[in-house]
Amino acid sequence: MKKVILLFLCFLITALCSFAQENPGIEMATGLRSSGKIYVVVLVMVIIFVGFIAYLYSLDRKISRLEKEHKN
Amino acid sequence: MRSFWWKALGTILVLYSVIAGLLGPVPVLPIVHESIRTLYYHLPMWFSMFLMYGISVVYSIKYLSSGKEEYDLMAVESINVGIVFCFFGLISGSFWASVTWGDPWPSDPKLNGSAIATLMYLAYLVLRSSLNEEQKRAKISAIYNIFAFPIMIVLMYILPKLTDSLHPASGGNGGFGQFDLDNSMRLVLYPGIIGWMLLALWMLSIRYRYRIILFQKNQ
Repeated sequence: MKKVILLFLCFLITALCSFAQENPGIEMATGLRSSGKIYVVVLVMVIIFVGFIAYLYSLDRKISRLEKEHKN
Repeated sequence: MRSFWWKALGTILVLYSVIAGLLGPVPVLPIVHESIRTLYYHLPMWFSMFLMYGISVVYSIKYLSSGKEEYDLMAVESINVGIVFCFFGLISGSFWASVTWGDPWPSDPKLNGSAIATLMYLAYLVLRSSLNEEQKRAKISAIYNIFAFPIMIVLMYILPKLTDSLHPASGGNGGFGQFDLDNSMRLVLYPGIIGWMLLALWMLSIRYRYRIILFQKNQ
């Protein structure tokens, strides 16, 4: 029984090891993420996008005002 | 269409796709690496373009059957917005290709098909500006538009599937969906597509309302 468990554990460990090394040599941008600097990029993009939406919204308001004036 | 909620919904969905698209997990693949995230922003451009061109065809048909000039204006403005998204898609795709394929514009059926389709819709705008008589312009451009739409679908979607292509989801390649085993990418991509489509509709509504004011002023 002990041998069987030992064998099973060995198998499990090798399986885990092979799983962990599934993608050797493929570099992902983990550095930027672990140093927390990816948030700078996210924040910049969010700010630009929100500004863009605010601009679109103000255009929308202007057109609505024009429509109202035009009807009267 | 003037109500506020769908514009806010589009904004929130795109905001979500920007944040989750940069921070969320992606499949680890050779060559593309982190650039796979471009998919979240490259693909919605094309979906928005298809939506705009589709709306344009519907309004061209409506114009031909009723003769109402407002429909013609809707058809033009949706093509105007569609072309903007088309150029965003072309530029982002070209940049992505230069990083992953090593060439900003390899001679590929998908790329060349989309370039020809773009020229077709630019020709639509040239055709319109070359005709002075309003009814004639509306009628001829509506017919042109109805013919251009199926050709655009064939060039950008069907022909690349029939031949060899570098582009994912065409010519012997699967899409990125096959690597997205736990659906984590779909969870970002689909809301992003819907969000960008809603924003495209918003842009269209602003342009259309502006054109209608001009149109009523001229009468």
